[in-house]
This record gives sequence, structure tokens and C-alpha cells, in this order.
Amino acid sequence: MNAVSAWLTPQTAATAAFVMVIGLTIVGALIAVGARNIFHNVLGLCVSLFGVSGIFLFLNSPFVALMEILIYIGAICVAICFAIMLSEPMYLPPPPRNKVKVLGAAIGAGGIFVFLGLLLKKTQWTAAPERSTDWSVTTIGHYFLTNYALIFELVSLLLLVAMIGAIVTARGGRSKP
Amino acid sequence: MELVAQLLGSEGARMVVGLIAVIALVSVNALFLIWMERKVAAHMQLRPGPMEVGPHGAFQTVADAIKLMGKELITPAEVDKPIFWLAPIVIFLPVLLSFLVIPFSSTWIIRDMDVGILLILAFSTLSVLSILMAGWSSNNKYAVFGAIRSVAQNIAYEIPLLVTVMSIILMVGSFKLTDIVAAQSGLWFVVVQPLAFILFIICATAETNRAPFDIPEAESELVAGFHTEYTGMRFALFFLAEYTNMFIAAAVATLLFLGGWHGPFLPGVVWFLIKVYAVIFLLMWFRWTFPRTRFDQLITFAWKILIPLAFVNLLITALVLKLR
Repeated sequence: MNAVSAWLTPQTAATAAFVMVIGLTIVGALIAVGARNIFHNVLGLCVSLFGVSGIFLFLNSPFVALMEILIYIGAICVAICFAIMLSEPMYLPPPPRNKVKVLGAAIGAGGIFVFLGLLLKKTQWTAAPERSTDWSVTTIGHYFLTNYALIFELVSLLLLVAMIGAIVTARGGRSKP
Repeated sequence: MELVAQLLGSEGARMVVGLIAVIALVSVNALFLIWMERKVAAHMQLRPGPMEVGPHGAFQTVADAIKLMGKELITPAEVDKPIFWLAPIVIFLPVLLSFLVIPFSSTWIIRDMDVGILLILAFSTLSVLSILMAGWSSNNKYAVFGAIRSVAQNIAYEIPLLVTVMSIILMVGSFKLTDIVAAQSGLWFVVVQPLAFILFIICATAETNRAPFDIPEAESELVAGFHTEYTGMRFALFFLAEYTNMFIAAAVATLLFLGGWHGPFLPGVVWFLIKVYAVIFLLMWFRWTFPRTRFDQLITFAWKILIPLAFVNLLITALVLKLR
């Protein structure tokens, strides 16, 4: 009995959950890249994003975690699925992998990986609880309109560009058959 | 004994007990709602409805459920097996999760999270994904059509739904469901925000794929839509999820607009359930009153009427709150 309670501490439970979250992120990302069926890729992306939202939960920010699910899984992944369904038929066999494209993607992703790795090594990290304990919505809102106003505006700009793009694409309307 | 006592006092035990209660509630609720739907439909068409099994057919759905459990689980040869198998499970997960934060009364709540309403909204988007998984993996044209329609509909209706809920959150200043209900102890928000309530009910009907917005599973054109290829308990899981989604939509409407557990004389839980089932009755009433909308009408209505109205409502709410 005591052995069980000694083993089942909140710390072990948290570690197990953390391993699960990281596992989801990595396995999902591998499916997203490796699968040959484009619908499986999207579902892999969903699994991976789920893992990422779990990481946000670990960083004590449930608001960001839920926004991750709401926006990335609920909106973006569903929009990607929608785009896939409107594109080429899925019963056709997938075309063979293009070696040049695979190599290019690997180099690009590897470059970003090395860059982020170096950045991680260079930064002096402070533990999240030491930095601040208040990650409520109010705090995030204040940050958006004070310290990070520029980023906030840039995000709006991005959305504006996307909207203009959509309007330009749709401007011609449907061609009459 | 010590360990048992320790476990019972812990957060984990609260979760386990809560989950068992939720699963029981989900099953009983679905059995009741299916019976209720058949009875409501029947009486609106001047028929008696199911009468044979039990008093006024009360045990008809139990018999149906037992029959469904006995059915073979057919997996058609050309389906995408892992996804076909996963879809009914995925549609059920968000439904269970949403119950985590729904306060049945001021004390009857599994976990009173600060971001409660967001949790429900975030996980309810997963049901679109599972409908898509089911429809696409079935490898059947009707199923794919159902799935595509469902996605287009959900993209269109998610936006006014979220914006409408935002206007309530602006008024309360909190995502916590208990705070939102507590703010309505005097006056229900349906009185202050009538337009928001109407918008919310319309969007909730569309979100739960109920008539007149049931085009993802329109029987007369798509056989059964996204779950055409499902049999036995897998089909039953979709059914269960649909009716539980109805309960959750009605519960959110009750919490946001109808004052949650507030009411005179009766205990809070009873008031909450009365209001929830009243909203569900309203949804059933819609189903047997309005004809099914055409797909393009539905999308046009969402983008050209509901979304602008929702934004206007949000703007007015913000202005009134600032100027007051």
C-alpha cells in the first residue's frame, strides 16, 4: 500500500503526462511529414498540435492551450481538410516522392532546427514560476497592448493580407458553365 | 484504508467519480432524449409515437440500444481502417470533456476552471474533425458529401457563435462558468441580450447539425450523410454524441443566457435541468416546424446575416459597457 502511494506522487503523474504530451507532439509531427495519404498528414498535424497545447498547459497557461486547440485544430486543420477535399481526388495513387523537394525540405527544416537549437543554448532560461505566476487572460491582454503591441499589429497585418488575398482570388466569381 | 481515504480526498478521485457520473448521465440522457424526440415528433404530427415497450413506450430506446449492441460491426472492404475505427471514438471525447466544466449547481461541478467556457468551445470544434474523419474514411460519395457540407457549415457558424459568446464574456469579464451564472442572479442575460440569445440558439442548432440545418445528414439526399457506412455500436456512438451535444448546447445556452441554476423554491440542480430540457424541447420543436434549408441558403445566411449581426451586437455591448 505504502509502495503505491510512494510511487504515485503528483510528480510522477506530471512526468508521465509530460512524456505523453511530448510523445504526441513528436509522433504527430512524424505522421504529418511521413504519411503518403494527405488526409493522414492533416490528422498527424492535429495530433501534434494537441501535444503542443499540452505543453502550453504544462507552462501553466490554459488559456493559450485552449486557444491552440480552438484556432489551430478547430479552424486551421479543418480549413486545410476543406481545401484538400476541393482539390485532387483522393482515390488516385499518390505521385512518387520528388527527391529534390524532399532534400530541399530536409535542408530547410534542418536549418531551422539548428538555428532554434543554437538559440536555445544561448538563452538564459528562468523557470516559469520564477518569472511570473500570473498568466491570466488579463495579463496577456495587457501585454498585447503594451510590450508586444508591434507583434499584435503585425498579426493583424498578416490577417489583412490573407483577407485581401481571399478577395482577390474570389473577385472573378464563378465562371458560367 | 488510509490510502482509500487519501485517494477519496484527492483531485484524482474527484475526476474518477465525476467521470463515472458523467458517463451514466450521458447514457441515460441519450436514452431519454431519443424517446422524447420520438414522442415530440409524434404528437406534433397527431400520432401517439412508440407505445408498446413500457408505459407510453418509455423503454423503447432501451430495447433499441440492446438491439444495436447485438448488431454486427461491419467494416466495408475499401474503408481507411484506422480512421474509420477512430472516428466514433474521437467524436465522443470532446463530448465527455465538456462535462468537466459544466456547473449543474453552485457546488455540482467536477472542476471549476478559469477558462471553462473556452474549454467547451475549443473541444466542440473537434466534433467537426471527427465527422470529417468518418465521412472521408468511409470511402462513400454520400459520406464524403455529408462531411464536406458539415465542414462548410461549421466554419460558417463557429464565427457568429464565438462572437456572440464574446459579448456575454465582455459583460461578465470572466471565462469562468460559475462567474457567468453568478452574474445573472438578479437579471438573466436573455433579457439584456435578446439578439445574442437568438443568434446563439441559431448557431447552436447549426453546430449540433439539427434541422433545419441538418444538411450533413439530410436523409432525403445523402442516405445518412457521414455515418452511412457505420453499423452497430459505432453508429450508436455517433447517435449518443449527437444527443449529448444537444444537451451541452442547451446547457451552455442555459448557463450563458437563462441564469443557470438560479430559480425560486426548487434546488439549483432541478432548475438547471428544467431549463436545459426546455431548451432541448425548443430545438426539437424547430426540427418539426422548419423545413430543411438549402446548402447555399445556409452559407449565405451565416456569412451575410449572422456574422454582421453578431459583430454589431458585440460592438453595442462594448459601447454600452464603456459609456455606462
